[in-house]
Amino acid sequence: MSTVVTPEVLWWALIPVILLSVSAMLLLTVASLVRHLPSFLAQAWTVVTGLAVLVASVPMWNEVRDTGPRSFLGGTVAVDGSTVLATAALAIAVVATALLARLYLVREDLPGVELYVLLMLSAAGGVVMVSADDLIVLFLGLEILSIAVYVLAALHLRRIESQEAALKYFVLGAFASAFLLYGIALLYGATGSTRMALVSEHLSSVVLFDDGMLLAGIGLILVGLAFKVAAVPFHAWTPDVYQGAPSPVVAWMAAGVKVAGFASMVRVLVVTLSTHVSDWSPAVGVLGGLSVVVGASMAVLQTDVRRMLAYSSIAHAGFLLLGVQAADAQGTAAVYAYLVVYTLLATGSFAVLTVVGGPGDEAHGLDTYRGLAHRRPVLAGAFTLLLLGQAGIPFTGGFVAKLGVLAAAVEGQSYWLAGIAMLAAAIAAFVYLRILVAMYMEDGDLEEPEHSKDAVVPLGAWIVIGMACIGVLAIGIVPGPLMELARDAVPVLVGG
Amino acid sequence: MGMLSTTGLLASAAGVPFAVLPALILVPAVGALLVSCLPRRRPELLKLVAVATSVVVGAMSVWLIKGFDAAHGAEMQFTAQADWISDLGIQWILGIDGISLFLVVLTGVLFPIALLAVDPGHDDRAYYAWLLILEAGVMGVFCALDLVVFFLCFEVVLVPMYFLIGRWGHGNRAYAATKFFLYTMAGSALMLVGILAVAFLHAEAVGTSVTFNLVTIAEAQAIDPTAARWIFAAFALAFAVKVPIFPLHTWLPDAHTEAPTAGSVILAGVLLKLGTYGFLRFGLYLFPEASHFFAPVFLTLGVVGIVYGAVVATMQRDLKRLVAYSSVAHLGFIVLGTFSLNTEGIEGGLLQMVNHGVSTGALFLLVGMIYERRHTRQIDELGGLQKAAPVMAAVFTLVMLSSIGLPGLNGFVGEFLVLVGAFNAHRWWALIATAGVILAALYLLWAYQRVFHGPAKGDNANIDDLRLREGLVLAPLLFLIVFMGVYPKPVIERMEPAVDALVAHIEEHVDGFHEPRSRFGADVKNGPDSGLAGEIDGQGDDH
Repeated sequence: MSTVVTPEVLWWALIPVILLSVSAMLLLTVASLVRHLPSFLAQAWTVVTGLAVLVASVPMWNEVRDTGPRSFLGGTVAVDGSTVLATAALAIAVVATALLARLYLVREDLPGVELYVLLMLSAAGGVVMVSADDLIVLFLGLEILSIAVYVLAALHLRRIESQEAALKYFVLGAFASAFLLYGIALLYGATGSTRMALVSEHLSSVVLFDDGMLLAGIGLILVGLAFKVAAVPFHAWTPDVYQGAPSPVVAWMAAGVKVAGFASMVRVLVVTLSTHVSDWSPAVGVLGGLSVVVGASMAVLQTDVRRMLAYSSIAHAGFLLLGVQAADAQGTAAVYAYLVVYTLLATGSFAVLTVVGGPGDEAHGLDTYRGLAHRRPVLAGAFTLLLLGQAGIPFTGGFVAKLGVLAAAVEGQSYWLAGIAMLAAAIAAFVYLRILVAMYMEDGDLEEPEHSKDAVVPLGAWIVIGMACIGVLAIGIVPGPLMELARDAVPVLVGG
Repeated sequence: MGMLSTTGLLASAAGVPFAVLPALILVPAVGALLVSCLPRRRPELLKLVAVATSVVVGAMSVWLIKGFDAAHGAEMQFTAQADWISDLGIQWILGIDGISLFLVVLTGVLFPIALLAVDPGHDDRAYYAWLLILEAGVMGVFCALDLVVFFLCFEVVLVPMYFLIGRWGHGNRAYAATKFFLYTMAGSALMLVGILAVAFLHAEAVGTSVTFNLVTIAEAQAIDPTAARWIFAAFALAFAVKVPIFPLHTWLPDAHTEAPTAGSVILAGVLLKLGTYGFLRFGLYLFPEASHFFAPVFLTLGVVGIVYGAVVATMQRDLKRLVAYSSVAHLGFIVLGTFSLNTEGIEGGLLQMVNHGVSTGALFLLVGMIYERRHTRQIDELGGLQKAAPVMAAVFTLVMLSSIGLPGLNGFVGEFLVLVGAFNAHRWWALIATAGVILAALYLLWAYQRVFHGPAKGDNANIDDLRLREGLVLAPLLFLIVFMGVYPKPVIERMEPAVDALVAHIEEHVDGFHEPRSRFGADVKNGPDSGLAGEIDGQGDDH
């Protein structure tokens, strides 16, 4: 008789994934058994799950800090500071999206709990991505995350744009997945393993005479991930999808998907391929430079606020790539800090869009915002703060985030890149100013849109917007704690 | 500033009862918070709180003159320090020396005046809150001794000013506000990269951890000169837009003209000085070699600005726009003086910053008062106002003469020193700049003639004269105009040690550079009556 040796499992480190996926399954089961599940129950269920993950990440963080990072399940899953921080950011995005979702579903008369279920599943995939210690696990996580988001994008059955967005996102996303998978295969061919620790070990101990296959693999992986984070020139889907998909889903795409994408990009490029920085870093730098310039300039040309924010999210991706291309601890920490801030900015901003969008999710033109400061001064004020944060104005979290990635880029002597990024930021500022001009400086005596006359901003949206504003302001004024968290979140590879 | 070191920075002046510089920033910030918590429909209460806050700040800043140790004017005083982002070595370091002292005072004095002078008319709460935030930001710029914190305040000032112009301005306000914001933000975009580069290169060269402490970096001068020139260029662009230096000035006429009166007063009086102050503190002091290298460029652009601003001002039909363009000319003088790189020039420029703040601030207030009465600023439509408003005409005359630089009023002292400095350094430039003085007399006197003299057409014949409240608001500025013209010594003697130290710093770090100065100046400098202060004092007493 031979015994099968099962790999070690650190159950506490799997709590977030388990919580999210089990909770999603339970909700789906209950909803199919109970005929008319009140919609607030599904929402509350999701919010509580997200909060539970957030709470669970505190002891996890302490555990990792005290005992160091670990790898388990046969060296395929890891838990380190970056995992926990990214998980927490994902949890925040889940809570925010869930809080927005009900208002949207009720308004659009879309019954059902699918949004919540898919949201939690998608988040589970994201958590798998950020804790992957094996490229195949990374791919699995990416697919779980993405497939759920494809369906989420198509959630609005009666809006053709929603279907169009989902199809576009699905086709291009499938391409990206194929690129990524092929890259992983080539990397496996070059190094003989898909486990990140072994890949890294192999590359640092063996000098390849012919590294064509390796470089091709790195390139394809980069393309796949660049698709996911919407970096130029792999960004073409973003504006259409942001415009077509339901607004709360866009909040999740902007915040959650970016967090997972960048966290895994850091794991693969900065940590695993640290021996080949000189090969991939210039490519990432070019992607970053293109993203900030194209994102900012194209945003200027838009008249639909959702498309503006879509392009501005591309510019944000460019700034994040600036931190990635620095390829050091400083840059990585800056990326994590940026991700946390951007999660707040994106969820808050899209919460405003969800509210203003009105029935049918149609009212997103710049005209809709004309005179908003008169009609809804508090909402306009909150949006102002969030937009100033996105512009990177001092004393908002946006400035701290930009400062971090710029510092990393300048320290790595990428002066040109940093300069281009800052100039692009000035261009992007014009976009935010256009919205501010519409809200504050154009005539407010315009005929009020029918629906918003007596529309009250729902509590869920207020909570999201309020938390985002407070967070952005608090980080902007006292950035120390976040910077320290991000510094301690540097990912490490542990041999399994 | 040779004596100024990191340790010196921490020594605070004796007899300071509390951390006065942080208070200068925090009090208006808290005031803004307080204002935004008050009920929206109580404009008089909102105004009371806002004015009270700014008066407290003003009183504290005036108190600084008394508390300031003139003998050690080159050292940073009233310093305060606190960590901000310790991971990047960014700290709140505040301190003022003879260079920043009077700019802080100017800010403290102008804000209550601007707040008292005009009511916004609508959305009072946001108006007062933005003005107070603006004051906090400006104070931060003048007190910050950490590069990142300086940038932080330099940038944050844009937001309140943007809203002030855009929401309470006239005519094409959204356009003017956006132009102002974007110009300045694009200009300073590269400065942040420069700030990071200078800190990292300094840390690398010295072998310490990263610091953004201005004094540490400036005193060490450890950076490779070529890199320093590039970085200086990045800083200079930001300041050149803010000043503004020709040809980057095109935002200014729009912003000044469309801004509400209080906005114009603050914009001209204080905000433009962020640029010229930046040149002194983060140009000359931080990059002496690069400043010397680029000086010819800025001297030329300064002179071009003087002549161009004056010529264009002459052509204006809008009284407010005329005053705006006169700023371009005046700021040209300041740039000329600064880049003469000698004591007279720099000190003259510094004085001119304060003078321009006082006189142009007063001019904008007067233009605002005329507009309130006549609802037009077109010079053609005005005329003959003197008959109906003799007191206003008299006040306008005084302020205008100060702006022209009539001896005995404040404008003369600064302009004279700038021209002396420029003459000692580059006499041809000084010669052309002198033409600017004549042109200033031309456009201002001509404007005055068209607005106040001649027959009074239509409504011009029966406008109200200056009201008591308006007179009281203007009184402090008029007092300063006369006082600083007749007796500038208290100001100069506090500025001089810092300026001397700055010039010595440049001499020390630029090979083969000696302060260009006149023969008589060299002697007086060592005299018992503390150099320029005595020299100017003697001149001032004659009038």
